[in-house]
Amino acid sequence: MEIVFYISGAVAIAATLMMLTRLNAVHALLYLIVSLLAVAIVFYTLGAPFAAALEVIIYAGAIMVLFVFVVMLLNLGRAAIRTEKALLSRASWIGPSILVVILAAEFVYMLDRNPAKAPPVIIGPAEVGLSLFGPYVVGVELASMLLLGGLVGAYHLGWRPRGRRQN
Amino acid sequence: MPSFLIRDSLVLAGILFALGMAGVLVRRNVVFVLMSIEVMLNAAGLAFISAGARWRQADGQVVFLFILAMAGAEVAVGLALVLALYHQNQSVDADAASRMKG
Repeated sequence: MEIVFYISGAVAIAATLMMLTRLNAVHALLYLIVSLLAVAIVFYTLGAPFAAALEVIIYAGAIMVLFVFVVMLLNLGRAAIRTEKALLSRASWIGPSILVVILAAEFVYMLDRNPAKAPPVIIGPAEVGLSLFGPYVVGVELASMLLLGGLVGAYHLGWRPRGRRQN
Repeated sequence: MPSFLIRDSLVLAGILFALGMAGVLVRRNVVFVLMSIEVMLNAAGLAFISAGARWRQADGQVVFLFILAMAGAEVAVGLALVLALYHQNQSVDADAASRMKG
């Protein structure tokens, strides 16, 4: 189990480093998604499978899709076509692919039903839910208010008066 | 839970946080700054989860859920700000927003 942790941590650090040094925002997004997936495996090795699933679904899924939408919105027209062409070149996807193959190999390794490969202490969704809606229920309410505030704020920032719509 | 795993996961969280902070300080593209902030939030969540695993409590994962919700709201507002900045300046350079006159 420790070896899985160390390989995932190394992949996370490498992917984050590559993300910071990319010039193309889409390439950086690919590396950031790989970094989040690696951190999800680290969560699993620490005995937090629920947090690992949420990391994949919400962070690497929902939030990164928002980023991809905005990056695609930012360069419209001919630049977008050039970006699409550049995405098909080998240099842009070979790096994230290698890192993801390492993570997939770890995943297959952990699927083996060997008790030595399971995390020592697992804190599952049931305990997290009991704690979340028990002592932390005020935090849940505050998070809902925060999300509502974020929704209204994003709508307000994205709203433009009808007469001034020139872009 | 072996203690060296907890220590090393905290070290990993620290490294990821430092990398994110370096990205915020070095990059001038606002989209990259937002992505680096995501890395920093993720590193904070990793620190909470490793502490929760150390004490065998669910509280670490609960705090991670709160970080997740906060990151969602932050990304929605931040990306809306990026789009507004781009419409105003035709650029996503953070230096282009140094003058805040509407």
